[in-house]
Amino acid sequence: MRFQFTEEQLMMRNMVRDFAEKEIAPFVEKMEAGEFPREVLKKMGPLGLMGITVPEKYGGSEMDFTSYIIAIHEISKVSATLGVILSVHTSVGTNPIVYFGTEEQKQKFVSKLASGEYLGAFSLTEPNAGSDAANIKTRATRVDEHYRLNGTKAFVSNGGEADLYIVFAVTDPSAGSRGVTAFIVEKDTPGLIIGKDEKKMGLHGSRTVQLTFEDAPVPVENRLGEEGEGFKIALSNLNIGRIGIAAQALGIAEAAFEVAVKYAGERKQFGKPIAEQQGIAFKLSDMATAVESSRLLVYQAADLWGKGIPCAKEASMAKLFASKTAVEVATEALQVFGGYGYTKDYPVERYFRDAKITEIYEGTSEIQRIVIAKHLLK
Amino acid sequence: MNFRLSEEHEMIRKMVRDFAENEVAPTAAERDEEERFDMDIFVKMAELGLTGIPWPEEYGGIGSDYLAYCIAVEELSRVCASTGVTLSAHTSLACWPLFKFGTEEQKQKYLRPMAEGSKIGAYGLTEPGSGSDAGGMRTTARLVGAHYILNGSKIFITNGGIADFYIVFALTNPNDKRSTTAFIIEKDFEGFAVGKKEKKTRDTFFTNY
Repeated sequence: MRFQFTEEQLMMRNMVRDFAEKEIAPFVEKMEAGEFPREVLKKMGPLGLMGITVPEKYGGSEMDFTSYIIAIHEISKVSATLGVILSVHTSVGTNPIVYFGTEEQKQKFVSKLASGEYLGAFSLTEPNAGSDAANIKTRATRVDEHYRLNGTKAFVSNGGEADLYIVFAVTDPSAGSRGVTAFIVEKDTPGLIIGKDEKKMGLHGSRTVQLTFEDAPVPVENRLGEEGEGFKIALSNLNIGRIGIAAQALGIAEAAFEVAVKYAGERKQFGKPIAEQQGIAFKLSDMATAVESSRLLVYQAADLWGKGIPCAKEASMAKLFASKTAVEVATEALQVFGGYGYTKDYPVERYFRDAKITEIYEGTSEIQRIVIAKHLLK
Repeated sequence: MNFRLSEEHEMIRKMVRDFAENEVAPTAAERDEEERFDMDIFVKMAELGLTGIPWPEEYGGIGSDYLAYCIAVEELSRVCASTGVTLSAHTSLACWPLFKFGTEEQKQKYLRPMAEGSKIGAYGLTEPGSGSDAGGMRTTARLVGAHYILNGSKIFITNGGIADFYIVFALTNPNDKRSTTAFIIEKDFEGFAVGKKEKKTRDTFFTNY
């Protein structure tokens, strides 16, 4: 067993930390005010951060999966918003094409995604189909050399900003989940309507929209995989997405923990730092232990995935535990700050608001428990 | 990073698991009910090299590592927590101080037989008046000629009563808690008596040795 990063991974970590401090941190205020960090994303492309795991022949950095997870983790520590934008772009916006695309599709889209010229997104969820993803109703009807898409999608991250969307629609309503097909839908497709921008509790600056398709034509060459393979494509990317979100949650938890420890060491009440009160010290110890456990679960899942070892259980465990930890640690961290924690003068209330969604998106904690249970009872 | 055991460690894990399932598990519930230590199990662990996993061969160990030792404790505890703690007190508490701080003579005389499993080790730190507050101990060690005379009592000694060697802590200066000193006590030393068996462990009294 080995719990240290390789030299290369450490270099990635240091580079990302540096970038996050210099380029992301100053933009946090604007993101909180609702601005999408287009400026910051532009700087990430040249550093290879928009295609970390993409093969070099398609313009990526061809680094290992753990390096990518390190990037999500460290970026999320400074901005969970940027963490999710990157995670969605890579894990579920780019990887489906890398794994399931034709050579033409890879040439056409992947290098633009990897360079950051294009931003990717993923659209499966609908107003009536969240956890029950097989119940999607968006229809794709074949007409000559096109498919016509009709339907509504909900909660599309990077929606409205993305250059392409991996969209899942039903080509054969009689075949259940085997009648779902994946499509690469480009942003200027007629009939693709960017709908309501969700007003969220946290992750401000990340756009989450409803998408409506009204007879939107998608060329046959943009179909990803074969008809009926859509669900397989969606599910196969779930593990990557889960590990990415687990890394985001870890970043949030770590950030909250670190500010809490620092504050507790400085804030004096009753003549001494509050960290010297056992109640606070115990809280900090529990937080530290939970963060450390999260870190081990996240990087174990990343390591297994990177080595091609089946890890659905470990990915779900990482997502389940890291997100729970983010919420708990951010809550306790806010408590440590007392009244000041409730104000926007300190970052802890942002960590608190950002943390919650990690228990919900890319597979709710309930779904993760179902996945784990399936593996326990095999 | 690598979260999987090496082939070697996986072999150790399998070996200990088989031993635990076959030799320890069958009597676990009954030994727990009867509060009984079974020397046979310890002897069999010794035969497998489990009593000296992390120590070099020159001290009677098998020259493996702490990870292997942890794997052994985990696998034993999985079927019988009592057996797990017997091994961990013997290894971590009694053998390790000798390995780390013992003279060559002490290592050959005490560490070797414990690593080989022909002797069992224990550790006496806790007293009736000092648990978490270990520095508050009262057992004293007075230097008289070529001996220290120990006086006091220790409690909650795991492996107490069955152990051959005890690492015991006493104050050489009763007025200075930083004078804590460690000693190797052999069970047959004069004035050393094993006292009341606790519900789970035994405590030990030392009188005028």
